[in-house]
Amino acid sequence: MNYIEMHGHMVSRTTDDYNEMAMAGCVAISEPAFWAGWDRKSADAFEGYFRQLTEFEPTRAAQVGIRHMTWLCLNPKESEDRELTAEVLRRIPKFLNGPNVLGIGEIGMNRVTVNEIAGFNDHVKLALEYRQMILIHTPHLEDKYKGTRVTIENLLKHPGLDPKKVLIDHAEEHTIGLILENGFYTGLTLYPNTKVSPARAADIVEKYGPERITISSACDWGPSVPKAVPHFMLEMRRRGHSESLIKKVVFDNPLEFLLQSGKFELPRLGIHAAAGVAHK
Amino acid sequence: MKQVMQEYFIENRTRVVEIAAFLDRLERASDGVSPAEDFRMAALQRALTVLASNDPDKLGQIQLIFSDPTTEPKQVLDSKSAAGAWNPMAVN
Repeated sequence: MNYIEMHGHMVSRTTDDYNEMAMAGCVAISEPAFWAGWDRKSADAFEGYFRQLTEFEPTRAAQVGIRHMTWLCLNPKESEDRELTAEVLRRIPKFLNGPNVLGIGEIGMNRVTVNEIAGFNDHVKLALEYRQMILIHTPHLEDKYKGTRVTIENLLKHPGLDPKKVLIDHAEEHTIGLILENGFYTGLTLYPNTKVSPARAADIVEKYGPERITISSACDWGPSVPKAVPHFMLEMRRRGHSESLIKKVVFDNPLEFLLQSGKFELPRLGIHAAAGVAHK
Repeated sequence: MKQVMQEYFIENRTRVVEIAAFLDRLERASDGVSPAEDFRMAALQRALTVLASNDPDKLGQIQLIFSDPTTEPKQVLDSKSAAGAWNPMAVN
């Protein structure tokens, strides 16, 4: 079955991972900008990273027939430096017309500090000004519940923001209800130790239904499994769920969300970019 | 119910055995300091109580036990990484 990897940090992965994902049915990857494991010290370093996301990774993915799309931002883990945040935000717009740029992301909270919240709102304003879609990271472990609530509280303060053009990612059992009831898309990210396992993701789909839920591996430089989405598909089959339900969450929902960018397309599958633009 | 038991019992038995091994390992490594004094251990013990209960939403309860229930932002960044459980004694 074809699937869309909604959250893969491919800059951290090998070409062999691209190969394996393609052979497992991955037809497209959405790659949010994130933290490299250390703090970048200048806006130039971010520009280099944005070039990697908009030039190098699409080329690498295309070699195995995968469509690579990306999101740009300064990650919340680096947002304590307000001066650096402002400079990076000033440079982002020149990348936004790139053919594989979907919008602003993954923005959000890490430890839910005053500066993280300020940086988050700066990014949301930028997205609205340039009519971009938004991908949002929610914090890890004990910070997730608080961070998700603060994120939504802040999003709701922005007039003109269409929740259907925002995906709040890394949802778990105690946050998904709040995300869905406010009209946002959401993502379940499958990690070996933190976040959600394939079995718990299947439980969540059974409990909440499939609408506006996407599944991804969020593979990065830490413990993570690039082919986690097929593991979820296998878990769903093990429980006797229909192929159409599985496809809904691993392909149809991501496609429905991404087509709103007006850029996403899979010509090989006869899917062409829609005219939609975020935050009209 | 029988099918769920058949499919998932052994992997979850393994998880319980792993938790027991972890708790024993902590005791062996305690150096006179009780593991219960650590905020993470306190949260884990509360979670284990929920596991042994008849609560129909054990997962929801346990997620909240480990979570920071506040919404007040931290004035300064204390750490890049989460610890796994909320520390009620930590200064915001």
